[in-house]
Amino acid sequence: MATHAVALPRRRRRTNPWTSALTYGLALAVAGVCIAPVVYVILGGFRTAGQIAANPAGLPNPWVIDTYLRVISAGMFWQYVGNSAIVALGTTLGVVALGVCAAFALSRYRFRGREALYTYFVLGLLFPAAAGILPLYLLLRDLNLENTWWGVILPQVAYGLPLTIVILRPFLLAIPGELEDAAMIDGSTKLGFFWRILLPLSRPALVTVGVISFVSSWNAFLLPLLILHDTSLYTLPLGVQQFQGQYSSDTAAILAYTSLSMMPALLFFLFAERQIVGGLTGAVKG
Amino acid sequence: MTTTNRIHAEDLVDFASAKSAGPRPIQSSSRAARTRRKWYEIIGLTLPALAIYTLFVLVPMGFAVYYSLYRWRGSGAPTDFIGLDNYFGPYGALRDPIFQDALLNNIKIVIGSLLVQGPLAVAIALLLNRRFRGRALFRMLVFVPYVLAEVTVGVMWRLILTDNGVFDAVLRSLGLGSLVRSWLGDPNLVLWTVLGVLTWKYLGFAIILLLAGLSNVPEELSEAAAIDGASWWQIQWHVTLPLLGPTIRIWAFLSMIGSLQVFDVVWLVTTQAIRGLGAANTMATYMVQEGFLARSWGFGSAVSVILFVISFGAALLYQRFVLRRDLQGALTERS
Repeated sequence: MATHAVALPRRRRRTNPWTSALTYGLALAVAGVCIAPVVYVILGGFRTAGQIAANPAGLPNPWVIDTYLRVISAGMFWQYVGNSAIVALGTTLGVVALGVCAAFALSRYRFRGREALYTYFVLGLLFPAAAGILPLYLLLRDLNLENTWWGVILPQVAYGLPLTIVILRPFLLAIPGELEDAAMIDGSTKLGFFWRILLPLSRPALVTVGVISFVSSWNAFLLPLLILHDTSLYTLPLGVQQFQGQYSSDTAAILAYTSLSMMPALLFFLFAERQIVGGLTGAVKG
Repeated sequence: MTTTNRIHAEDLVDFASAKSAGPRPIQSSSRAARTRRKWYEIIGLTLPALAIYTLFVLVPMGFAVYYSLYRWRGSGAPTDFIGLDNYFGPYGALRDPIFQDALLNNIKIVIGSLLVQGPLAVAIALLLNRRFRGRALFRMLVFVPYVLAEVTVGVMWRLILTDNGVFDAVLRSLGLGSLVRSWLGDPNLVLWTVLGVLTWKYLGFAIILLLAGLSNVPEELSEAAAIDGASWWQIQWHVTLPLLGPTIRIWAFLSMIGSLQVFDVVWLVTTQAIRGLGAANTMATYMVQEGFLARSWGFGSAVSVILFVISFGAALLYQRFVLRRDLQGALTERS
């Protein structure tokens, strides 16, 4: 049932031209389905509302750059980008700093209750984020964090910690104890070893968890939706939703706004593909 | 290490003596100081993470249970105790047909995601695991929808699928005009439209996981099978797929949990008008609509608790019965 798609036998070392043509054909089809809507949105921003109404599926004719310029200058686009960046950076810093400290204690110290504490953190992976959102809102309201960036950052850090610790702990455990002994003999303290040797050594893992928490914060919608009410505090996803509501009749403008809003994520992905993919798959393999 | 848990690396020297008696008098002060210092460090390192995690992840769920026992509009402390009426009462969530529809929709999304995305992702992963030029580029393109923000995806597909939008235009130009429907306006259809969008968005994630799983399948195995005369098709079916089992099971777990909690894409692709009919609500959209926007905190908390119990229960059950072998006790206590 699963793999009827490519059923041709593969010769060793030499591929049959038909097999290879079929492979390319199917791969192109799959990639096309994945990319076509994105391309439509980007191209749509270069058309006018009139063009889109006349022929929804057409190419820009003539190409119009005005919509993009209008969207960039008129709305609060750049402010939203800045807000998103602040929230995402704050989240990333918090997750990485708190996560690596906890993971260090959980991997390089022996103490009573260590495994229980680890299990307590790991339990968070099973905690459904959406289910907690309403009581979380009430808590943040009582803490006077409603309508502040802290109200978004702190819960995002909290929800990011379990995955971070699960990724970092095995990594820190794998660093050989001889290094630690050597540092100790040279007069370093445990914390000195952590700061001067372990942290630099674990940079790849730190980058991975950093990228993951940055992307998920950048894309987050539900929490900011409930917490942030002033448009001046909005993150980009809220901006997109608001823009869509305000300009619902101006399809071209929404397309332009949407395609601009996905550029940061796409560019970021282009540069950090390895970390994102590696982190996701590594995390799942535990 | 069968002795006290206090032993750490530096103490290995007096390991033997520490076992039998208490600390010897001569060293006791320095040892005690070291132990104390160690505990200060442990507490200092773990406490911030522990506090934030407990406060923002676990505590709210506890409050939700408490609030859910009250009729509470949010001013002052809850006082109007109504027991379990928010759950089972005549106006309780579980008796509300709209909520029942939402729950049913969640179940349909769970099953639909597994049945549609699973086979599709396996097929595409096997395809992209073949050697051909440009494979890396194709892998990247397939992953693009997953990287986009849910909001972007929602707004984008809402425009594409709107009546007489580009999707309908493409269908017509392909001569399939008879298939054109009101994709987002037909209550009988909208859930399947949503499922299609979710598939588009999350298929890339499944594919990436499976490709990572495939890269762990030793090439010698399929080569050996090929030498024995197995066809490509036979190799995939008898050698590769069984070895992908753990990856598929973990993906199914993540997909199930995600489907039970799905909010963003549904919220943005559908309108409240159509969700209100029960056609495309999920438990999460119902909770935000009837709890948050309606400012019924007690009722909304009850919905939270139900959503929590269902998701967490499903996760634990799946973990217990399906994932046990794969995770080796990483998520539950070792028994």
